[in-house]
Amino acid sequence: MKRPLRYLVPLVVFGVLVVFLGRGLFLNPQEVPSPLIGKPAPEFTLPRLHNAAAQFSSRDLRGQVWLLNVWASWCVACRQEHPLLVELSRQGIVPIYGLNYKDHREDAIRWLQELGDPYVASAYDVDGKVGFDYGVYGVPETYVIDKQGIIRYKQIGPITPDALQNRILPLVRELQAS
Amino acid sequence: MFLPLLISLWALPWLPAGALAGEAEPLVADPVIEARMAALSKELRCLVCQGQAIAESDSDFAKDVRKVMRTLMEQGRSDQEIMDFLVQRYGDFILFRPPVKGTTALLWVGPFLLLLIAAAILVRTLQRRRQVAAAEALSPEEVRRAEALLAGKDGSIDGNSSSGEPGRGHTRHTDEGDKV
Repeated sequence: MKRPLRYLVPLVVFGVLVVFLGRGLFLNPQEVPSPLIGKPAPEFTLPRLHNAAAQFSSRDLRGQVWLLNVWASWCVACRQEHPLLVELSRQGIVPIYGLNYKDHREDAIRWLQELGDPYVASAYDVDGKVGFDYGVYGVPETYVIDKQGIIRYKQIGPITPDALQNRILPLVRELQAS
Repeated sequence: MFLPLLISLWALPWLPAGALAGEAEPLVADPVIEARMAALSKELRCLVCQGQAIAESDSDFAKDVRKVMRTLMEQGRSDQEIMDFLVQRYGDFILFRPPVKGTTALLWVGPFLLLLIAAAILVRTLQRRRQVAAAEALSPEEVRRAEALLAGKDGSIDGNSSSGEPGRGHTRHTDEGDKV
């Protein structure tokens, strides 16, 4: 190695480190990639939120693309994404189903009455068992599930307008076309 | 007056975690299951608190995981089955010790690779230094001059030359120059 080049080695090593650390600085450590993406969505049957006697079964949704939104009335960030969901349901692009997670039934129903109900139906997961099967660790979380019942995308935390326009909706259209 | 307060402050960190967490102890504690719980929950990361283990955390997430673990143990599942069950839902990230596989190979081999590279550089540097030292060894002529200098016999350095003939070596040099 020629002499002048040799003195550049530490600079290059430093540069590589800066790139790696700089990238790490802008990653969100709270966002843990889900191992469920590309895998079949865990099947579940739960009582419905509005009607405890009626069942909600994920199997009934085969053959269509749908969103599963995990929410709770105690969840502050759910309030933040809620107007987006209401707007999305009004557009009728894709059905949204709710998984009401570790909530009180009356609180949840009142919450929907106040803020609007974007869900075709909500399942009532009082002890969080179904949420656990879906790897839920922070509410809200939203799953895009395809016609074969495979999870194709998971949004951890509230849906942002950016995530909706650039990731979720394009994916939904693609899945609906296939 | 302050002594009781001091004692209680000192004792605070030593209280069992459950005493502060207010978590309900199981009604019938099975010592085998409790021991397994204690060991296994130290190996698992609390996803919402990241730096903490499931064993240490008081978050709802950690409580849920402990509850599920206990249920599975009561059903007679092995530690490995329970870990697989959790990894299936939350990914390898829930394990403090990631498994060895394609995507984690660099993580496991990396430090040893760096050590190997460092050792190679060290060996090369030492070899090169030995070569340089050999190249710089004195010739017999130089050794003789150095010995003469040390003995104080050479007159070519002013300080060592006799006071009567300053610059003798210099004169001789010009003589030789004339001959050529």
